[in-house]
Amino acid sequence: MSEVNDRSRDIGPFVPAEDDDMIICRCEEITKGEIRKAVHEGMYTLNEVRRFLRTGMGLCQGQTCGKLVKSIIARELKVSPAEIEPATSRAPMRPIEMKIFAKEAKEVE
Amino acid sequence: MKRYDLIIVGAGPSGLSAAVEAAKRGLKVVVFDENEKPGGQLFKQIHKFFGSKEHKAKIRGFKIGEELLNEANDTGVEVVLNATVIGLYQDKEIVVKIGDEVKHFKGDSIIVATGASENMVTFDGWTLPGVIGAGAAQTMMNLHGIKPGKKILMLGSGNVGLVVSFQLMQCGCEVVALVDAAPRIGGYGVHAAKVARTGVPFYLSHTIVKAEGEECVTGVTIAEVDDKFQFIPGTEKHFDVDTICVAVGLSPMSQLLKMAGCEMEDNPKKGGQVPICDQYGETSIKGIFVAGDVSGIEEASSAMIEGRIAGICASYYLGFIEKEELDKKYEELTNALEGLRQGMFAPKNRGKLIEKTEEGIDVSMNLLEKGYLTDEEVEKYPGVTHAKGIHPVMECSQNIPCNPCQDACPKHCIKIGKNITALPAVDESVECVGCGMCVASCSGQAIFLINENFEPGYATVTLPYEMLPLPKKGDKGMGLSRSGKEICEAEVVEVRTSPAFDHTNLLTIKVPADMVMKARFYKGKEQ
Repeated sequence: MSEVNDRSRDIGPFVPAEDDDMIICRCEEITKGEIRKAVHEGMYTLNEVRRFLRTGMGLCQGQTCGKLVKSIIARELKVSPAEIEPATSRAPMRPIEMKIFAKEAKEVE
Repeated sequence: MKRYDLIIVGAGPSGLSAAVEAAKRGLKVVVFDENEKPGGQLFKQIHKFFGSKEHKAKIRGFKIGEELLNEANDTGVEVVLNATVIGLYQDKEIVVKIGDEVKHFKGDSIIVATGASENMVTFDGWTLPGVIGAGAAQTMMNLHGIKPGKKILMLGSGNVGLVVSFQLMQCGCEVVALVDAAPRIGGYGVHAAKVARTGVPFYLSHTIVKAEGEECVTGVTIAEVDDKFQFIPGTEKHFDVDTICVAVGLSPMSQLLKMAGCEMEDNPKKGGQVPICDQYGETSIKGIFVAGDVSGIEEASSAMIEGRIAGICASYYLGFIEKEELDKKYEELTNALEGLRQGMFAPKNRGKLIEKTEEGIDVSMNLLEKGYLTDEEVEKYPGVTHAKGIHPVMECSQNIPCNPCQDACPKHCIKIGKNITALPAVDESVECVGCGMCVASCSGQAIFLINENFEPGYATVTLPYEMLPLPKKGDKGMGLSRSGKEICEAEVVEVRTSPAFDHTNLLTIKVPADMVMKARFYKGKEQ
């Protein structure tokens, strides 16, 4: 595991900031403060924050906020954003209706 | 499951180029694209491209897109639109949503050319309707014919921010300011200069404090930032705007590759998460190639060459061509690619402050900070000379890979030489006939024809003009300086349009003789 993910490292306390109520993930309406707090509660990776708060799990699938969330986590952990592990990529790559997802085309060869 | 020799994801400049090269060599190729129209970003690019002939310089982006589409049709490439690739699995199985069904395909090789998505920045009010990406603005204007707003502030001075600002003005919007947190303009000086001369102020080392409005954007406040990007109190400036355009860079859309299991790296120089690949664009998974912005942010001209390389490499991978052909084409195309990756804006120079040109001339700091050359600075460049009668003045002050002006002059009075990034120089031994081909050929709109001895006390300036309505002969207005200030009365004495100019009109204005090296734009009286 990389040093960034070492939970025994002291990252200091959560300090409220003026812009904590700014929305970062607009699809799921999650604020900067919620993301920062999550880091202090032990969510050090994009995947953890995503599961904890649902950032990047809305319509745009993190296309807009992915980089923003990453830089907020990095700043809270006092590391470079490049050191933050990227979130898992999995199918479906784009939002898709369940009825379509479940409708496999019949083979015509 | 339907099988193809090559499946390409993304029908943009790199994907289509790859498809053409592979199909020419006998591969059965399909291209999937989630959009309703092919061409990716090319059809939004209404400006003339830079480079040399082999890079399709001085041709407008959408024309290049049309050529590429025709080429794809002629070579029998199958392009499937409204087809969203939702998964890339082991053994190169691809799952695509087409219509209301999910279909599976298998490719013996795959090229991922998914391009990039726009970055966002946050500020108070950034989620208000009216805050849009510069790419969105381009889509609205150039694909759908919709004006994004009336009064617009642009954030970001890279080439996207500069080019889109100009396009917004072409579509009739007012651009109130161009703002960037960086201390210097990121894009080409010539792009900045053509925006600055219309009167748009540049605010470098400034960024947005707040977007104002309840339901939508009604105004914006910017402020100066220090070298740590912290706001300096008391420097706030307010603008009434209805739209804020954000052009703060792109990120590769590489999720599909990560999902497939390709080795990835986070490379800030390439714009973010990119696959690790070899010189041929092959990822850590044999037979999966990448091309274009998904492998590192550049621009459309290099994306097209990367696409061609990937298409040829996939053909070799599947045994459709011999090593000899691969080596030959690879060398030819990498040379073309290298040609584009030269000069001050080359990927290797990103973020560096270059103070001298290749010729040893000081780079204009005024151009980098305010968007225009000063009257004194402009005289230092080899394209600026003084002569009796009509002659070209080339206000080209940065080493960028571009040379259409050299071929444009039928009298060969413009010299760049073999080194494509060299600044154009005037050969004073050859007489200029005033045809204006150089003015129209300059993608940066940086060439003017001046006649210092038009009539006693008066001179003429012929400038490239791509705005509507087109002024008419006899119209009277004001001559604008490089910074967009009204400096003199000006009368339109000639308007030239020709298919050879490709929609760049040549406007000749008569100005007082002492203004000939100062007046660089025209503004009609009624505006």
